[in-house]
Amino acid sequence: MYNFEMTRPSTIADAVKALKEEDAQALGGGQTLIPTLKQRLAMPSILVSLTAIGEMQGVCMSDAGEVCVGGATTHATVAREATAYPGLAAMAARIGDPAVRNRGTIGGSLANNDPSACYPAAALASGASIITNSREIAADDYFQGMFTTALEEGEVVTEVRFPVPEKSHYEKFVQPASRFALVGVMVAKYADGVRVAVTGASESGVFRWTEAEAALSANFTADALGDLSLDGDGMIADLHGSGAYRAHLVKVMTGRALKAAI
Amino acid sequence: MPKDNTQTDGGIGASTLRREDIRFLTGEGMYTDDIQLQGQTHAVFARSDVANGVIKSIDTSVAAAMPGVLAVFTGADFAEVGGNPAGWLINSRDGEPMKEPKRPVLAHGKVRHVGDAYAAVIAETRAQAMDAVAAIEADIQELPAVINMADAVKGGSLVHDEIETNVCFDWGWIEDNRAATDAAIKAAPHVTTLELVNNRLVPNAMEPRASTADYNKGTGEYTLYTTSQNPHLTRLLISAFVLGIPENKLRVIAPDVGGGFGSKIYHYGEEALVLAASKKLKRPVRWTASRSESFLTDAHGRDHVTKIELACEKDGTFIAFRTETMANVGAYLSNFSTVTPTFLHGTLMAGNYTVPNVYVNVKAVFTNTAPVDAYRGAGRPEATYSIERVIDMTARELGMDPVELRRMNFVKPDQYPYASAAGLEYDSGNYDRQMDKLEAMIDRDGFEARRIESAKNGKLRGLGLNAYIEACGIAPSNLVGILGARVGLYDAATVRVNATGSLAVMVGAHSHGQGHETAFPQIVADMLGIDPESIEIVHGDTAKIPFGMGTYGSRSLAVCGSAMVRATEKIIVKAKKIAAHMLEASDADIELVDGQFTVAGTDKSVSFGEVALKAYIPHQYPIEDIEPGLEETAFYDPANFTYPSGAYACEVEVDPETGKVTIEKFAAADDFGNIINPMIVTGQVHGGIGQGIGQALIEQTSYDSDGQLLSASYMDYAMPRADDMPFYQVNHDDGTPCTHNPLGVKGCGEAGAIGSPPTVVNAVIDALQRGGKNITHIDMPLTPSRVWDAMNAKGV
Amino acid sequence: MAQVSMTVNGKAVSGDVEGRTLLSEFLRIDLNLTGTHIGCDTSQCGACVVHVNGEAVKACTMFAAEADGADVGTIEGQANEDGTLNVIQQAFQDHHGLQCGFCTPGMVMSTASLLKENPKPSVQEIRTYLDGNICRCTGYHNIVKAIMAASGQDVSAIAAE
Repeated sequence: MYNFEMTRPSTIADAVKALKEEDAQALGGGQTLIPTLKQRLAMPSILVSLTAIGEMQGVCMSDAGEVCVGGATTHATVAREATAYPGLAAMAARIGDPAVRNRGTIGGSLANNDPSACYPAAALASGASIITNSREIAADDYFQGMFTTALEEGEVVTEVRFPVPEKSHYEKFVQPASRFALVGVMVAKYADGVRVAVTGASESGVFRWTEAEAALSANFTADALGDLSLDGDGMIADLHGSGAYRAHLVKVMTGRALKAAI
Repeated sequence: MPKDNTQTDGGIGASTLRREDIRFLTGEGMYTDDIQLQGQTHAVFARSDVANGVIKSIDTSVAAAMPGVLAVFTGADFAEVGGNPAGWLINSRDGEPMKEPKRPVLAHGKVRHVGDAYAAVIAETRAQAMDAVAAIEADIQELPAVINMADAVKGGSLVHDEIETNVCFDWGWIEDNRAATDAAIKAAPHVTTLELVNNRLVPNAMEPRASTADYNKGTGEYTLYTTSQNPHLTRLLISAFVLGIPENKLRVIAPDVGGGFGSKIYHYGEEALVLAASKKLKRPVRWTASRSESFLTDAHGRDHVTKIELACEKDGTFIAFRTETMANVGAYLSNFSTVTPTFLHGTLMAGNYTVPNVYVNVKAVFTNTAPVDAYRGAGRPEATYSIERVIDMTARELGMDPVELRRMNFVKPDQYPYASAAGLEYDSGNYDRQMDKLEAMIDRDGFEARRIESAKNGKLRGLGLNAYIEACGIAPSNLVGILGARVGLYDAATVRVNATGSLAVMVGAHSHGQGHETAFPQIVADMLGIDPESIEIVHGDTAKIPFGMGTYGSRSLAVCGSAMVRATEKIIVKAKKIAAHMLEASDADIELVDGQFTVAGTDKSVSFGEVALKAYIPHQYPIEDIEPGLEETAFYDPANFTYPSGAYACEVEVDPETGKVTIEKFAAADDFGNIINPMIVTGQVHGGIGQGIGQALIEQTSYDSDGQLLSASYMDYAMPRADDMPFYQVNHDDGTPCTHNPLGVKGCGEAGAIGSPPTVVNAVIDALQRGGKNITHIDMPLTPSRVWDAMNAKGV
Repeated sequence: MAQVSMTVNGKAVSGDVEGRTLLSEFLRIDLNLTGTHIGCDTSQCGACVVHVNGEAVKACTMFAAEADGADVGTIEGQANEDGTLNVIQQAFQDHHGLQCGFCTPGMVMSTASLLKENPKPSVQEIRTYLDGNICRCTGYHNIVKAIMAASGQDVSAIAAE
């Protein structure tokens, strides 16, 4: 990889300041960024590590009853500590592998917005709020396509707030090589309706399957999906599966998530 | 040599724990990249990012001036030296020799696959070398790439302009049998035809290739530390063909090697480059592949496209096998790329069966892809897959039980030695016995109940059973020479008894996971009646070991182990003479039992240790009759291949909603002849099955039409993980000993990878058929998407 | 260059590193602890797994600078104090859970983490936990068996040898 300077600020304010340097880049757990740097696909002048910032660590409950996860919290910590939101904890417990979960962070995952990552589905299905150093962004506004988010240059995800659903489950069908989601579906039932978010499938990145949401909001049972189907057009097609296969899997995984949630 | 599976004293038949494990488990293994030399420098290669292109110019001036850069090499620097040769000459059906384009150290004039190295930078640090490689300005004019073999055969774009074709050879086996086979098929009452792909695989030894060269300007000697399965072969190729370094000035050391599976048999250009660079700089030069480089440049495996026909009588009696195969050799001929799809494949096309007619046609095809060569099994998995898949299909067409169809055509135990229609002489076997055992192991009788249980859970359950035979311990040299081999295929061992009675055994085989350091002493200890712990195996260093051919093709025990037996026999003969003198008896009367030399019928004896001491302190010694010292070397050149065989069974569940295949049970009944260390043999079978399941279900090497490798990392090339795998039931008791080597052993390293791919595919097809799907074949790997696509195709 | 200090296998160490120096490089090159192996560049093979502050991490996917002040454990520090194999290492030898040895350090380090979190894992839990550790030699049978044995569970029912 190209060389760079490394800085490890201990406050959000210092991190934001450091990220104002030219070609500065934030470093979360590095589980995606470091392999990218090894391929020389990025050339930052300075890497600003966010993992030493105490105020971005940990899981807690807000007064509004949301599960709040610090932006630099690892997947392992969420798996262990987000007990108030079991669907979220279970999702985090299956990201990557144990060593990856001990380093990878929620903020890193959401900032990268890999189209096959798990966290975007959880955030979108939960209607989470993505809190940055400068504002709060609704999940519905945050995800803007593969590897694209509403984040501005130098903006840091400091916290994510998850409203806790009544019932939820994340079902993942893994791509056999990377073990990322070939298709992953998070179903979350709230008092005001059901949200269904899909990762891994679409060329537009994580998305909400609104037809399924409407059906399930009316009738939260396995039968409710009925004849619903998705079109393979616009779905990712690669050596691991066609668009039609992914579209089909979305429905199968939604059904399985639903069964597990009920 | 008697087989004794009850042995508990660490001799033949004992599951002795591996002594090499101690260093591997404590992080003290010494792999090539672990070796750091004083003053070492680092090589990094500039590699083509196009599959086919003309090198218009390479400007290295900026790179050469960068910090830490010591030297830059391009193909021009090696234009005058030799190329990396093919180790086996194959003649086409018309008698023409195969096409052999030069494989240079660095690409010169043209690049021929993505990853083809055209320049290298040597710098003080690896990072500096990488920075400088990025600064090399190469003007490479991209040409249309030829990736697909069917396109390549038609011509059009050429991989090597000078040979004016992309077909390396068009081989027939046995050409004289062609007409008879054609006629038999034409007249046959039933013919099954199957077109299939044997998918291309990346070997993926977990240790990436690495080479460090150290030129000593004082002595003019070169030392090459390299990830090799056969250091002498590497030295021979570098000395005789590539760089011309005299063999006596080149020492090749293959230290601990982290897996090979074939990919580390071959000499690669990086080895020559670091040697040349070390000579130029008078400093050590090291190179270690990244995994990305390994994907692009390690020799890949398999990649056959085959049409096979099986002709039989209405009752299922086999009449003929006929195959037409295109075998991808990639952009250059790797060392054994030409023998793999021919003699290691075509000669096995009679399988375990008494079929009278076999004809095999293989076209080897150049493409703009990485070279393809032997990978675990090498040709024999391809043969087994074709045969055992088409037999299952025939059974289905005839409405016969697939096991019964096989049994009625098996070579029977009273038919050995058996001359197969594909030109081999099988020495021993008992295929029915393996199949009997297998059916019990997999509990075939209980299958239907398990199938019903699966169906209740919405899953389709299927069972696949098949036989396999392979030929390994490839030999004899006289025969393979006639068939085109450019090397001998013997092996060698030196047994050195030290003065105090301990032993060093220097062997030509190389251990990179096979456990030779533990298993080989079991044999020598048994023969001499001494403690195996007093015997050390020395391997992997051309300065220490006799000229051996290394480890591949399941040959180490059958060939090198036999050499070790021969050398130990010589030790015993000489030791008896020394003992006879010490005991004032005739050497004909001396018996060696449990490490004691005894005069027959008396209680007069001397110990092995006393004899050893006498050999090195030859006081009161018959110096006129016997030389001092106790050290013997033997070279062993086998009379025939060995023929491991067996029967494999697999039970799968298919999830019809997702197409995902889960392996529920796997059983292997193998015949490896006599067994030295059952624990190690079982481990070898496990590993082979793991790779076979990987090939059958998930491993997929995919190039796009421009020649870009799509599966170029573990993000897209699916390596089997623990949760893809079942526990395996493995049994290799009651083997039929090999009749022609002194240990009665056959090879066991490749069997699992040879026998298992058809087992898995047969099981999946069985599950789909039982599930009411009219699917007769799906090409490997049977990934969820492929199975689902097949299940949801029109008309199924 | 920046100076980093950490504790490795109980010993205080320090060295100068670049920003881009990986923890695996610092261990292998600066400290000559070459038991931590590099088998891939996409953070998947797990041959480089070490413990950082008691947790398994991939040393090839963490910068040395990020380990400043940390307590690092590597394969070289796993044996018992008298040099004999620890329970996990011994189980791997007893059950032939390794062949070429290259993935083995990562397997041992991951197993140590697993058994710390889950002292009596089921077969399925073991297989799932090893998602980030690739072995090409063993087909995993004997690795899983060794881990069962290391956790004090009966392995006699697992297919022979």
